[in-house]
Amino acid sequence: MIDHQIWTIVAVVSVPLVLATVVGEGLVRRADTPTSVQRAKRLRARIRSWWWMIAAMLGFLSLGVPGILGFFGIVSLLAMRELVTLVPSRRADHGMLVLSFFVAVPVQYGLIWLDWYGLFAVFVPVWALLAVSIGVAMQGDADRFLHRIAAIHYALLVGVYCISHAPGLLLLTIPGYEGQEYKLLAFLVVVTQASDVLQYLFGKAFGRHALMPSLSPDKTVEGMVGGVLSATVVGALLTPLTPFGLGETTALAFFVVNAGWLGGMVMSAIKRDAGVKDYGAFIDGHGGVLDRVDSLVFAAPALFHVVRWLHSTT
Amino acid sequence: MIASLIRFAAGIDRRWAGSEPLDATGAAIQRLYYANHASHLDAPILWASLPPAARARTRPVAAADYWNRDVRQLLSKGMRAVFVERCGVAAEACAPMEEALADGDSLILFPEGTRNREPAHGVLPFKSGLYHLKRGFPHVEVVPVALRNVGRMMPKGTLLPIPLLAGVTFGPPVPLADDDDKERFLARARFALQTLVDGGRR
Repeated sequence: MIDHQIWTIVAVVSVPLVLATVVGEGLVRRADTPTSVQRAKRLRARIRSWWWMIAAMLGFLSLGVPGILGFFGIVSLLAMRELVTLVPSRRADHGMLVLSFFVAVPVQYGLIWLDWYGLFAVFVPVWALLAVSIGVAMQGDADRFLHRIAAIHYALLVGVYCISHAPGLLLLTIPGYEGQEYKLLAFLVVVTQASDVLQYLFGKAFGRHALMPSLSPDKTVEGMVGGVLSATVVGALLTPLTPFGLGETTALAFFVVNAGWLGGMVMSAIKRDAGVKDYGAFIDGHGGVLDRVDSLVFAAPALFHVVRWLHSTT
Repeated sequence: MIASLIRFAAGIDRRWAGSEPLDATGAAIQRLYYANHASHLDAPILWASLPPAARARTRPVAAADYWNRDVRQLLSKGMRAVFVERCGVAAEACAPMEEALADGDSLILFPEGTRNREPAHGVLPFKSGLYHLKRGFPHVEVVPVALRNVGRMMPKGTLLPIPLLAGVTFGPPVPLADDDDKERFLARARFALQTLVDGGRR
Protein backbone atom coordinates (compact mmCIF):
# COMPACT_ATOMS: atom_id res chain seq x y z
CA MET A 1 0.00 0.00 0.00
CA ILE A 2 3.02 2.27 0.06
CA ASP A 3 2.98 3.55 -3.50
CA HIS A 4 4.73 6.52 -5.09
CA GLN A 5 2.06 8.93 -3.81
CA ILE A 6 2.64 7.89 -0.19
CA TRP A 7 6.41 8.15 -0.68
CA THR A 8 5.94 11.62 -2.17
CA ILE A 9 4.03 12.69 0.95
CA VAL A 10 6.75 11.24 3.19
CA ALA A 11 9.42 13.04 1.17
CA VAL A 12 7.56 16.36 1.27
CA VAL A 13 6.86 16.05 5.02
CA SER A 14 10.50 15.17 5.66
CA VAL A 15 11.77 18.53 4.40
CA PRO A 16 10.27 20.69 7.17
CA LEU A 17 10.90 17.90 9.67
CA VAL A 18 14.61 17.76 8.84
CA LEU A 19 14.69 21.52 9.20
CA ALA A 20 12.87 21.28 12.55
CA THR A 21 15.30 18.58 13.69
CA VAL A 22 18.29 20.82 12.92
CA VAL A 23 16.67 23.80 14.68
CA GLY A 24 15.68 21.62 17.65
CA GLU A 25 19.19 20.24 18.14
CA GLY A 26 20.60 23.75 17.78
CA LEU A 27 18.23 25.15 20.41
CA VAL A 28 19.22 22.45 22.89
CA ARG A 29 22.91 23.27 22.33
CA ARG A 30 22.37 27.03 22.62
CA ALA A 31 20.08 26.95 25.65
CA ASP A 32 21.79 28.27 28.80
CA THR A 33 19.21 28.70 31.58
CA PRO A 34 17.62 25.62 33.17
CA THR A 35 14.13 26.61 31.91
CA SER A 36 15.29 27.19 28.34
CA VAL A 37 17.20 23.88 28.39
CA GLN A 38 14.06 22.13 29.57
CA ARG A 39 11.90 23.85 26.94
CA ALA A 40 14.36 23.11 24.14
CA LYS A 41 14.61 19.45 25.21
CA ARG A 42 10.84 19.12 25.18
CA LEU A 43 10.72 20.61 21.68
CA ARG A 44 13.48 18.25 20.55
CA ALA A 45 11.60 15.28 22.05
CA ARG A 46 8.46 16.44 20.23
CA ILE A 47 10.30 16.55 16.90
CA ARG A 48 12.03 13.22 17.46
CA SER A 49 8.69 11.62 18.27
CA TRP A 50 7.38 12.79 14.92
CA TRP A 51 10.05 10.68 13.19
CA TRP A 52 9.03 7.68 15.29
CA MET A 53 5.36 8.18 14.53
CA ILE A 54 6.00 8.45 10.79
CA ALA A 55 8.16 5.31 10.92
CA ALA A 56 5.46 3.46 12.87
CA MET A 57 2.73 4.51 10.44
CA LEU A 58 4.81 3.44 7.42
CA GLY A 59 5.62 0.14 9.11
CA PHE A 60 1.96 -0.66 9.75
CA LEU A 61 0.93 0.65 6.32
CA SER A 62 3.40 -1.71 4.65
CA LEU A 63 1.41 -4.62 6.15
CA GLY A 64 -1.65 -3.57 4.19
CA VAL A 65 -5.20 -3.53 5.55
CA PRO A 66 -4.43 -5.70 8.64
CA GLY A 67 -1.58 -3.31 9.44
CA ILE A 68 -3.83 -0.27 9.20
CA LEU A 69 -6.50 -1.90 11.37
CA GLY A 70 -3.87 -3.08 13.86
CA PHE A 71 -2.36 0.39 14.11
CA PHE A 72 -5.66 2.14 14.80
CA GLY A 73 -6.81 -0.69 17.06
CA ILE A 74 -3.75 -0.07 19.24
CA VAL A 75 -4.43 3.68 19.14
CA SER A 76 -7.99 2.94 20.32
CA LEU A 77 -6.77 0.77 23.20
CA LEU A 78 -4.31 3.44 24.31
CA ALA A 79 -6.92 6.20 23.97
CA MET A 80 -9.43 4.15 25.98
CA ARG A 81 -6.80 3.60 28.65
CA GLU A 82 -6.23 7.34 28.95
CA LEU A 83 -9.96 8.16 29.02
CA VAL A 84 -10.95 5.45 31.51
CA THR A 85 -8.08 6.53 33.79
CA LEU A 86 -9.86 9.88 34.17
CA VAL A 87 -13.32 8.47 35.01
CA PRO A 88 -14.12 7.50 38.60
CA SER A 89 -15.02 3.88 37.92
CA ARG A 90 -16.12 1.57 40.70
CA ARG A 91 -15.68 -2.11 41.25
CA ALA A 92 -19.12 -2.82 39.76
CA ASP A 93 -17.95 -1.35 36.44
CA HIS A 94 -14.98 -3.68 36.14
CA GLY A 95 -16.62 -6.42 34.08
CA MET A 96 -17.98 -4.01 31.46
CA LEU A 97 -14.63 -2.22 31.32
CA VAL A 98 -12.87 -5.52 30.62
CA LEU A 99 -15.34 -6.13 27.76
CA SER A 100 -14.91 -2.57 26.48
CA PHE A 101 -11.16 -2.99 26.15
CA PHE A 102 -10.82 -6.57 25.08
CA VAL A 103 -14.02 -7.27 23.13
CA ALA A 104 -15.39 -3.96 21.83
CA VAL A 105 -12.08 -2.85 20.28
CA PRO A 106 -11.36 -6.06 18.31
CA VAL A 107 -15.00 -6.34 17.22
CA GLN A 108 -15.20 -2.76 15.93
CA TYR A 109 -12.00 -3.15 13.88
CA GLY A 110 -12.95 -6.68 12.86
CA LEU A 111 -16.12 -5.29 11.29
CA ILE A 112 -14.00 -3.10 9.01
CA TRP A 113 -12.03 -6.20 8.06
CA LEU A 114 -15.31 -8.02 7.32
CA ASP A 115 -16.52 -5.03 5.27
CA TRP A 116 -19.71 -5.00 7.36
CA TYR A 117 -20.72 -1.33 7.34
CA GLY A 118 -24.21 -1.86 8.80
CA LEU A 119 -22.95 -3.31 12.08
CA PHE A 120 -19.85 -1.07 12.15
CA ALA A 121 -22.17 1.95 12.23
CA VAL A 122 -24.35 0.72 15.12
CA PHE A 123 -22.13 -1.59 17.17
CA VAL A 124 -20.94 1.01 19.69
CA PRO A 125 -23.89 3.48 19.64
CA VAL A 126 -26.50 0.72 19.98
CA TRP A 127 -25.12 -2.60 21.17
CA ALA A 128 -22.34 -1.36 23.40
CA LEU A 129 -24.72 1.21 24.91
CA LEU A 130 -27.21 -1.49 25.83
CA ALA A 131 -24.57 -3.93 27.03
CA VAL A 132 -22.70 -1.43 29.22
CA SER A 133 -25.89 -0.05 30.76
CA ILE A 134 -27.36 -3.48 31.50
CA GLY A 135 -24.05 -5.00 32.58
CA VAL A 136 -23.33 -2.24 35.10
CA ALA A 137 -26.94 -2.04 36.35
CA MET A 138 -27.03 -5.79 37.03
CA GLN A 139 -24.16 -5.33 39.51
CA GLY A 140 -26.66 -3.54 41.74
CA ASP A 141 -24.49 -0.51 42.57
CA ALA A 142 -26.55 2.63 41.84
CA ASP A 143 -24.09 5.14 43.31
CA ARG A 144 -23.54 7.83 40.63
CA PHE A 145 -24.88 5.28 38.13
CA LEU A 146 -25.63 7.72 35.29
CA HIS A 147 -22.18 9.32 35.59
CA ARG A 148 -20.46 5.97 35.47
CA ILE A 149 -22.26 4.44 32.49
CA ALA A 150 -22.14 7.77 30.62
CA ALA A 151 -18.39 7.98 31.16
CA ILE A 152 -17.75 4.41 30.03
CA HIS A 153 -19.91 4.83 26.96
CA TYR A 154 -18.36 8.18 26.09
CA ALA A 155 -14.92 6.60 26.32
CA LEU A 156 -16.10 3.92 23.88
CA LEU A 157 -17.64 6.49 21.53
CA VAL A 158 -14.52 8.66 21.43
CA GLY A 159 -11.77 6.11 21.87
CA VAL A 160 -13.20 3.31 19.75
CA TYR A 161 -16.12 4.46 17.61
CA CYS A 162 -14.83 7.86 16.46
CA ILE A 163 -11.22 6.80 15.94
CA SER A 164 -12.30 3.67 14.04
CA HIS A 165 -13.85 5.92 11.39
CA ALA A 166 -10.35 6.84 10.20
CA PRO A 167 -9.54 3.29 8.96
CA GLY A 168 -13.32 3.00 8.46
CA LEU A 169 -12.76 5.04 5.30
CA LEU A 170 -11.69 1.69 3.81
CA LEU A 171 -15.36 0.64 3.99
CA LEU A 172 -16.39 3.27 1.46
CA THR A 173 -16.93 2.30 -2.16
CA ILE A 174 -16.41 5.23 -4.48
CA PRO A 175 -17.02 4.34 -8.15
CA GLY A 176 -13.81 4.65 -10.14
CA TYR A 177 -11.70 4.80 -6.92
CA GLU A 178 -12.11 1.20 -5.69
CA GLY A 179 -9.15 -0.13 -3.77
CA GLN A 180 -7.66 3.32 -3.23
CA GLU A 181 -9.79 4.37 -0.26
CA TYR A 182 -6.75 4.13 2.00
CA LYS A 183 -5.51 7.29 0.30
CA LEU A 184 -8.43 9.15 1.87
CA LEU A 185 -7.07 7.94 5.19
CA ALA A 186 -3.68 9.41 4.28
CA PHE A 187 -5.47 12.66 3.33
CA LEU A 188 -7.25 12.74 6.70
CA VAL A 189 -4.13 12.02 8.75
CA VAL A 190 -1.87 14.46 6.89
CA VAL A 191 -4.42 17.30 6.93
CA THR A 192 -5.31 16.99 10.65
CA GLN A 193 -1.71 16.58 11.79
CA ALA A 194 -0.51 19.41 9.52
CA SER A 195 -3.24 21.56 11.01
CA ASP A 196 -2.02 20.80 14.54
CA VAL A 197 1.57 21.72 13.70
CA LEU A 198 0.59 24.82 11.69
CA GLN A 199 -1.74 26.06 14.44
CA TYR A 200 1.12 25.63 16.90
CA LEU A 201 3.56 27.52 14.64
CA PHE A 202 1.13 30.34 13.78
CA GLY A 203 0.25 30.59 17.46
CA LYS A 204 3.93 30.89 18.45
CA ALA A 205 4.62 33.46 15.74
CA PHE A 206 1.51 35.66 15.81
CA GLY A 207 -0.53 34.51 18.82
CA ARG A 208 -1.96 37.49 20.75
CA HIS A 209 -5.55 36.74 21.68
CA ALA A 210 -6.43 33.64 23.67
CA LEU A 211 -9.12 31.59 21.98
CA MET A 212 -10.72 30.04 25.05
CA PRO A 213 -8.26 29.99 27.95
CA SER A 214 -10.66 28.19 30.26
CA LEU A 215 -10.39 25.10 28.01
CA SER A 216 -7.01 25.36 26.36
CA PRO A 217 -4.55 27.93 27.71
CA ASP A 218 -2.17 27.79 24.73
CA LYS A 219 -4.58 28.17 21.82
CA THR A 220 -4.89 31.60 20.22
CA VAL A 221 -7.26 33.08 17.64
CA GLU A 222 -4.32 33.90 15.37
CA GLY A 223 -2.95 30.35 15.63
CA MET A 224 -6.33 28.83 14.90
CA VAL A 225 -7.09 31.03 11.87
CA GLY A 226 -3.57 30.71 10.43
CA GLY A 227 -3.54 26.97 11.01
CA VAL A 228 -6.99 26.39 9.54
CA LEU A 229 -6.24 28.38 6.38
CA SER A 230 -2.74 26.98 5.79
CA ALA A 231 -3.83 23.39 6.53
CA THR A 232 -6.67 23.87 4.03
CA VAL A 233 -4.01 24.78 1.46
CA VAL A 234 -2.11 21.60 2.42
CA GLY A 235 -5.34 19.67 1.83
CA ALA A 236 -5.83 21.32 -1.56
CA LEU A 237 -2.29 20.28 -2.53
CA LEU A 238 -3.31 16.66 -1.78
CA THR A 239 -6.04 16.75 -4.45
CA PRO A 240 -4.25 14.09 -6.58
CA LEU A 241 -4.70 11.63 -3.65
CA THR A 242 -8.48 11.96 -3.71
CA PRO A 243 -11.15 11.09 -6.27
CA PHE A 244 -12.45 14.66 -6.05
CA GLY A 245 -11.71 17.89 -7.92
CA LEU A 246 -9.67 20.77 -6.50
CA GLY A 247 -12.70 22.72 -5.31
CA GLU A 248 -14.29 19.83 -3.47
CA THR A 249 -11.02 18.65 -1.93
CA THR A 250 -10.35 22.16 -0.65
CA ALA A 251 -13.84 22.37 0.86
CA LEU A 252 -13.40 18.93 2.48
CA ALA A 253 -10.00 19.93 3.87
CA PHE A 254 -11.52 23.11 5.37
CA PHE A 255 -14.30 21.01 6.91
CA VAL A 256 -11.90 18.37 8.27
CA VAL A 257 -9.56 20.96 9.78
CA ASN A 258 -12.41 22.70 11.58
CA ALA A 259 -13.87 19.44 12.87
CA GLY A 260 -10.32 18.71 14.01
CA TRP A 261 -9.63 21.74 16.18
CA LEU A 262 -13.16 21.75 17.56
CA GLY A 263 -12.72 18.10 18.56
CA GLY A 264 -9.43 19.11 20.13
CA MET A 265 -11.23 21.71 22.25
CA VAL A 266 -13.67 19.04 23.45
CA MET A 267 -10.78 16.75 24.39
CA SER A 268 -9.20 19.71 26.25
CA ALA A 269 -12.42 20.34 28.16
CA ILE A 270 -12.31 16.73 29.41
CA LYS A 271 -8.73 17.23 30.60
CA ARG A 272 -9.55 20.52 32.35
CA ASP A 273 -12.50 18.88 34.07
CA ALA A 274 -10.26 16.08 35.34
CA GLY A 275 -7.55 18.57 36.33
CA VAL A 276 -4.76 17.13 34.20
CA LYS A 277 -2.51 18.89 31.70
CA ASP A 278 -1.93 15.93 29.38
CA TYR A 279 -3.66 12.61 28.82
CA GLY A 280 -0.46 10.76 29.67
CA ALA A 281 3.18 10.54 28.66
CA PHE A 282 3.09 7.82 26.02
CA ILE A 283 4.59 9.95 23.23
CA ASP A 284 7.69 11.77 24.39
CA GLY A 285 7.17 15.54 24.17
CA HIS A 286 3.57 15.26 23.03
CA GLY A 287 1.81 13.82 26.09
CA GLY A 288 -0.62 10.96 25.78
CA VAL A 289 -1.90 9.31 22.62
CA LEU A 290 -5.11 11.35 22.90
CA ASP A 291 -3.10 14.57 22.97
CA ARG A 292 -1.78 13.58 19.55
CA VAL A 293 -4.98 12.25 17.96
CA ASP A 294 -7.41 14.72 19.57
CA SER A 295 -7.89 16.47 16.22
CA LEU A 296 -8.57 13.16 14.48
CA VAL A 297 -11.31 12.11 16.87
CA PHE A 298 -14.08 14.29 15.42
CA ALA A 299 -12.55 14.83 11.98
CA ALA A 300 -12.62 11.10 11.15
CA PRO A 301 -16.38 10.44 11.49
CA ALA A 302 -17.15 13.86 10.00
CA LEU A 303 -15.10 13.17 6.85
CA PHE A 304 -16.37 9.59 6.69
CA HIS A 305 -20.04 10.53 6.64
CA VAL A 306 -19.74 13.51 4.31
CA VAL A 307 -17.85 11.45 1.73
CA ARG A 308 -20.19 8.53 2.21
CA TRP A 309 -23.24 10.75 1.72
CA LEU A 310 -21.82 12.47 -1.36
CA HIS A 311 -20.03 9.65 -3.16
CA SER A 312 -20.12 6.20 -1.66
CA THR A 313 -22.36 3.38 -2.75
CA THR A 314 -21.72 1.54 0.56
CA MET B 1 12.14 -7.91 31.18
CA ILE B 2 9.18 -8.57 33.49
CA ALA B 3 9.61 -5.01 34.73
CA SER B 4 9.48 -3.40 31.30
CA LEU B 5 6.40 -5.45 30.38
CA ILE B 6 4.64 -4.27 33.52
CA ARG B 7 5.72 -0.68 32.90
CA PHE B 8 4.39 -0.77 29.33
CA ALA B 9 1.05 -2.30 30.31
CA ALA B 10 0.51 0.04 33.24
CA GLY B 11 1.85 3.24 31.67
CA ILE B 12 3.38 4.17 35.01
CA ASP B 13 3.42 7.85 35.99
CA ARG B 14 6.20 7.92 38.58
CA ARG B 15 6.99 10.88 40.82
CA TRP B 16 9.67 11.36 43.45
CA ALA B 17 8.25 13.68 46.10
CA GLY B 18 11.19 13.83 48.48
CA SER B 19 12.92 10.46 48.17
CA GLU B 20 15.17 9.76 45.18
CA PRO B 21 15.88 6.00 45.25
CA LEU B 22 19.61 6.19 44.46
CA ASP B 23 22.35 8.03 46.31
CA ALA B 24 24.88 10.33 44.64
CA THR B 25 26.99 7.36 43.52
CA GLY B 26 24.02 5.69 41.81
CA ALA B 27 23.71 2.93 44.41
CA ALA B 28 20.35 1.95 45.85
CA ILE B 29 19.47 3.36 49.27
CA GLN B 30 18.20 0.67 51.62
CA ARG B 31 14.55 1.23 52.30
CA LEU B 32 11.25 -0.08 53.58
CA TYR B 33 8.79 1.01 50.94
CA TYR B 34 5.25 0.80 52.26
CA ALA B 35 2.14 1.47 50.18
CA ASN B 36 -1.64 1.50 50.15
CA HIS B 37 -2.99 -1.88 49.08
CA ALA B 38 -6.02 -2.46 46.87
CA SER B 39 -4.92 -4.88 44.16
CA HIS B 40 -2.71 -7.87 43.37
CA LEU B 41 -0.99 -5.57 40.89
CA ASP B 42 0.26 -3.22 43.63
CA ALA B 43 3.54 -5.00 44.37
CA PRO B 44 4.47 -5.70 40.72
CA ILE B 45 3.75 -2.09 39.71
CA LEU B 46 5.65 -0.54 42.62
CA TRP B 47 8.56 -2.89 42.01
CA ALA B 48 8.59 -2.21 38.26
CA SER B 49 8.54 1.56 38.77
CA LEU B 50 11.89 1.53 40.61
CA PRO B 51 15.02 2.24 38.57
CA PRO B 52 16.97 -0.97 37.72
CA ALA B 53 19.71 -0.49 40.33
CA ALA B 54 17.16 -0.08 43.12
CA ARG B 55 14.85 -2.78 41.72
CA ALA B 56 17.63 -5.38 41.83
CA ARG B 57 17.94 -4.80 45.59
CA THR B 58 14.22 -4.50 46.40
CA ARG B 59 11.97 -7.43 47.34
CA PRO B 60 8.21 -7.39 47.83
CA VAL B 61 6.86 -9.08 50.96
CA ALA B 62 4.10 -11.55 50.10
CA ALA B 63 1.85 -13.95 51.96
CA ALA B 64 3.26 -17.46 51.48
CA ASP B 65 -0.13 -19.19 51.42
CA TYR B 66 -1.31 -17.15 48.46
CA TRP B 67 1.71 -16.14 46.41
CA ASN B 68 3.99 -19.16 46.81
CA ARG B 69 2.03 -21.52 44.53
CA ASP B 70 1.15 -22.31 40.86
CA VAL B 71 1.62 -19.52 38.29
CA ARG B 72 1.68 -16.83 40.94
CA GLN B 73 4.96 -18.34 42.08
CA LEU B 74 6.58 -17.42 38.76
CA LEU B 75 5.87 -13.73 39.28
CA SER B 76 6.87 -13.87 42.95
CA LYS B 77 10.14 -15.60 42.14
CA GLY B 78 10.79 -13.12 39.34
CA MET B 79 10.58 -10.32 41.89
CA ARG B 80 12.50 -12.34 44.53
CA ALA B 81 9.54 -12.03 46.89
CA VAL B 82 10.08 -12.55 50.63
CA PHE B 83 7.42 -15.00 51.78
CA VAL B 84 5.87 -14.60 55.19
CA GLU B 85 3.26 -16.62 57.05
CA ARG B 86 0.04 -14.69 57.41
CA CYS B 87 -1.06 -16.11 60.74
CA GLY B 88 1.57 -16.45 63.38
CA VAL B 89 3.37 -14.60 66.11
CA ALA B 90 4.62 -11.21 64.94
CA ALA B 91 8.21 -12.01 65.84
CA GLU B 92 8.26 -15.23 63.80
CA ALA B 93 6.46 -13.67 60.86
CA CYS B 94 9.07 -10.94 60.75
CA ALA B 95 12.07 -13.27 60.65
CA PRO B 96 12.32 -13.65 56.82
CA MET B 97 12.02 -9.89 56.41
CA GLU B 98 14.74 -9.28 58.98
CA GLU B 99 17.02 -11.66 57.09
CA ALA B 100 16.45 -9.76 53.86
CA LEU B 101 17.16 -6.44 55.58
CA ALA B 102 20.29 -7.88 57.16
CA ASP B 103 21.42 -8.83 53.64
CA GLY B 104 21.10 -5.17 52.67
CA ASP B 105 17.98 -5.55 50.54
CA SER B 106 15.07 -3.11 50.51
CA LEU B 107 11.51 -4.34 51.08
CA ILE B 108 8.07 -3.48 49.74
CA LEU B 109 5.32 -3.96 52.29
CA PHE B 110 1.64 -3.32 52.61
CA PRO B 111 1.08 -2.65 56.31
CA GLU B 112 -2.70 -2.62 55.92
CA GLY B 113 -2.24 -6.38 55.80
CA THR B 114 -4.93 -6.98 53.21
CA ARG B 115 -6.33 -5.42 50.08
CA ASN B 116 -8.58 -2.48 50.89
CA ARG B 117 -12.09 -2.97 49.48
CA GLU B 118 -13.04 0.68 49.84
CA PRO B 119 -9.86 2.67 49.14
CA ALA B 120 -11.94 5.87 48.92
CA HIS B 121 -12.68 5.55 52.64
CA GLY B 122 -9.02 5.88 53.54
CA VAL B 123 -5.99 3.78 54.42
CA LEU B 124 -6.77 0.96 56.87
CA PRO B 125 -5.04 0.70 60.29
CA PHE B 126 -1.48 -0.64 60.06
CA LYS B 127 -0.11 -3.94 61.31
CA SER B 128 2.87 -3.51 63.58
CA GLY B 129 5.57 -5.12 61.39
CA LEU B 130 6.70 -1.79 59.97
CA TYR B 131 7.49 -0.53 63.49
CA HIS B 132 9.39 -3.64 64.58
CA LEU B 133 11.49 -3.66 61.42
CA LYS B 134 12.35 0.02 61.77
CA ARG B 135 13.31 -0.51 65.46
CA GLY B 136 15.54 -3.41 64.45
CA PHE B 137 17.09 -1.62 61.49
CA PRO B 138 17.01 2.10 62.33
CA HIS B 139 19.30 3.08 59.44
CA VAL B 140 16.76 1.80 56.86
CA GLU B 141 14.56 4.63 55.55
CA VAL B 142 10.80 4.12 55.82
CA VAL B 143 9.32 5.56 52.62
CA PRO B 144 5.58 5.91 51.91
CA VAL B 145 4.45 5.15 48.36
CA ALA B 146 1.02 6.23 47.13
CA LEU B 147 -0.43 4.02 44.39
CA ARG B 148 -3.16 5.55 42.23
CA ASN B 149 -5.57 3.72 39.92
CA VAL B 150 -3.98 0.33 40.58
CA GLY B 151 -6.99 -0.67 42.67
CA ARG B 152 -9.20 0.11 39.69
CA MET B 153 -7.06 -1.92 37.29
CA MET B 154 -7.77 -5.11 39.15
CA PRO B 155 -9.97 -4.63 42.22
CA LYS B 156 -10.27 -7.29 44.91
CA GLY B 157 -12.34 -10.21 43.66
CA THR B 158 -11.73 -9.77 39.92
CA LEU B 159 -9.69 -12.00 37.65
CA LEU B 160 -8.83 -9.87 34.63
CA PRO B 161 -7.05 -6.53 34.79
CA ILE B 162 -7.91 -3.53 32.63
CA PRO B 163 -5.14 -1.27 31.36
CA LEU B 164 -5.10 2.12 33.07
CA LEU B 165 -2.34 4.61 33.76
CA ALA B 166 -0.98 3.81 37.22
CA GLY B 167 0.37 6.58 39.42
CA VAL B 168 3.27 5.85 41.77
CA THR B 169 4.35 8.67 44.10
CA PHE B 170 7.26 8.23 46.52
CA GLY B 171 7.03 10.49 49.58
CA PRO B 172 9.70 11.72 52.02
CA PRO B 173 11.02 9.19 54.60
CA VAL B 174 9.10 8.88 57.86
CA PRO B 175 11.41 9.36 60.89
CA LEU B 176 11.37 7.26 64.07
CA ALA B 177 12.09 9.22 67.26
CA ASP B 178 13.81 7.49 70.21
CA ASP B 179 10.78 7.96 72.46
CA ASP B 180 8.25 6.84 69.82
CA ASP B 181 6.09 3.95 70.86
CA LYS B 182 4.49 1.60 68.36
CA GLU B 183 1.16 3.42 68.14
CA ARG B 184 2.69 6.83 67.61
CA PHE B 185 5.06 5.68 64.87
CA LEU B 186 2.39 3.69 63.04
CA ALA B 187 -0.05 6.61 63.25
CA ARG B 188 2.59 8.92 61.79
CA ALA B 189 3.39 6.49 58.99
CA ARG B 190 -0.27 5.96 58.20
CA PHE B 191 -0.93 9.71 58.19
CA ALA B 192 2.04 10.28 55.86
CA LEU B 193 0.70 7.69 53.41
CA GLN B 194 -2.87 9.02 53.60
CA THR B 195 -1.60 12.56 52.88
CA LEU B 196 0.38 11.31 49.90
CA VAL B 197 -2.61 9.36 48.56
CA ASP B 198 -4.92 12.37 48.93
CA GLY B 199 -2.38 14.75 47.40
CA GLY B 200 -1.97 12.58 44.34
CA ARG B 201 -5.68 12.23 43.73
CA ARG B 202 -6.82 13.98 40.63
